[in-house]
Amino acid sequence: MKRLKRRYLGLQLDVEKAPGERDFMDAVWTSVTRIYGEYGASLTSLALISYDSEGRTGVIRSNLAAVENVRAALATITSIGGKAAAVHVLAVSGTIKALRQNLES
Amino acid sequence: MKRVFSDLHLQANSKDKPLTQKLVSKAAELGYKMVATQLTLETKFEEIREVKAICADVGLDFVSRVDLRPGSQEELLYLLRRLRRRFEVICVVCETKEIARQAAKDRRVDLLNFPLLDYRRRFFDRAEAELASAGAAGFEVDVKPILVLEGAARVRFLSCLRREVAIAQEFRLPIVVSSGVSEPVLLRKPREVALLSSIFGLTGDAALNAISRNPVKVVGRNREKLGTGFVAPGIRIIKQGEDC
Repeated sequence: MKRLKRRYLGLQLDVEKAPGERDFMDAVWTSVTRIYGEYGASLTSLALISYDSEGRTGVIRSNLAAVENVRAALATITSIGGKAAAVHVLAVSGTIKALRQNLES
Repeated sequence: MKRVFSDLHLQANSKDKPLTQKLVSKAAELGYKMVATQLTLETKFEEIREVKAICADVGLDFVSRVDLRPGSQEELLYLLRRLRRRFEVICVVCETKEIARQAAKDRRVDLLNFPLLDYRRRFFDRAEAELASAGAAGFEVDVKPILVLEGAARVRFLSCLRREVAIAQEFRLPIVVSSGVSEPVLLRKPREVALLSSIFGLTGDAALNAISRNPVKVVGRNREKLGTGFVAPGIRIIKQGEDC
C-alpha cells in the first residue's frame, strides 16, 4: 500500500486569552466540517501534534492532498471557545524537524 | 517577480483613529503592502492625510478609495464627475439594477461591489459582465461574509459567488478580492485569502492575482491618470516649453 504523504502546519493563534487544547481542536474540526462536510473532513487525517497555550502556537498534521483545504478552513475560524480569534499558518513542512527549524529561523 | 499584496477594502472609519491604526498595523504585520480604507463623501482632506500618515508609519502604501451608493443613475453620474479626480479608486456599491448597469458602462468606475446577500438582488449577471468588460470596471469580492455567515446563509452566498466569479472569468473581468472587514481579528494573511477564494472557484494564480496584480493594476492606472502630464493611456507630457 502506498504511504500517504503528510504535512505539518505551524499555527499562530491571534486571540486575547489563550484557549485550551480541546477548544482549539474543536474549532479546527468545526471549521473543516462546516466548509467541506464530514466526508471532506475525514479525508484530511487531521491530528494535533503539539499545542503551546502560553506561546499561542500549535502544530497540526494533515494529508498532503488536503493541506490546501485545511488552510482554507483554518482561515474561516473566527472564534475559539466563544472568544473572537484567528488562526494564521506560520509554516508548512514535511517533517516536524524541518517545521521547527522553519519556525525558529 | 515578488507579488505586492493589497487589500483595497478596509472598513475603517477615518474619524476613529485608534481603530484605523490597529487595522492598518495588522494589515502590515500580515504582509500587505498596499491598503485602501473606505472613505466617504464627507471625509475631509485632513482625515485622509492622517490615514496616509498612519499607513506610511507602518510602511504601507495608502490608496484613497471612495464607495458610492447613489440612489439614481443621475446621482451616480454627478458623483463621478465630482469625485473622479479626487480619489484613486472609485467603487460603486450596486444595490439596484439601474445603478449596476450604469456603473458597469462608465469607464470612470474602477470596482463594482455587490453587497446584498439576497441572491435575487445581486445584479451581477452575463449582461452586467458584458457591459463591464467593455468598460474598465473590475468585480470586487469581499471575504467578510464568508467569515461571519454560517449555515444556509453562507451556503447560498458561496453558491452566488461561485456563479458570479465564473461569469467574471468568462468575460475576462479583473476580479479583486478584498477583506471588507472592520475588525483586526477578521483580517487574514494574503495567501489565506487566496486559499479562501478557492471555495468560491478562484484557484491558483487567479486567486493570487485577485489580491495582488489586479488591484495593483487598477491603482497604477488611476495614479498615472491623476499624475501630472497625463494625456491618454501610454501618452504623457515629459517636457514642456519653447525649446521642445
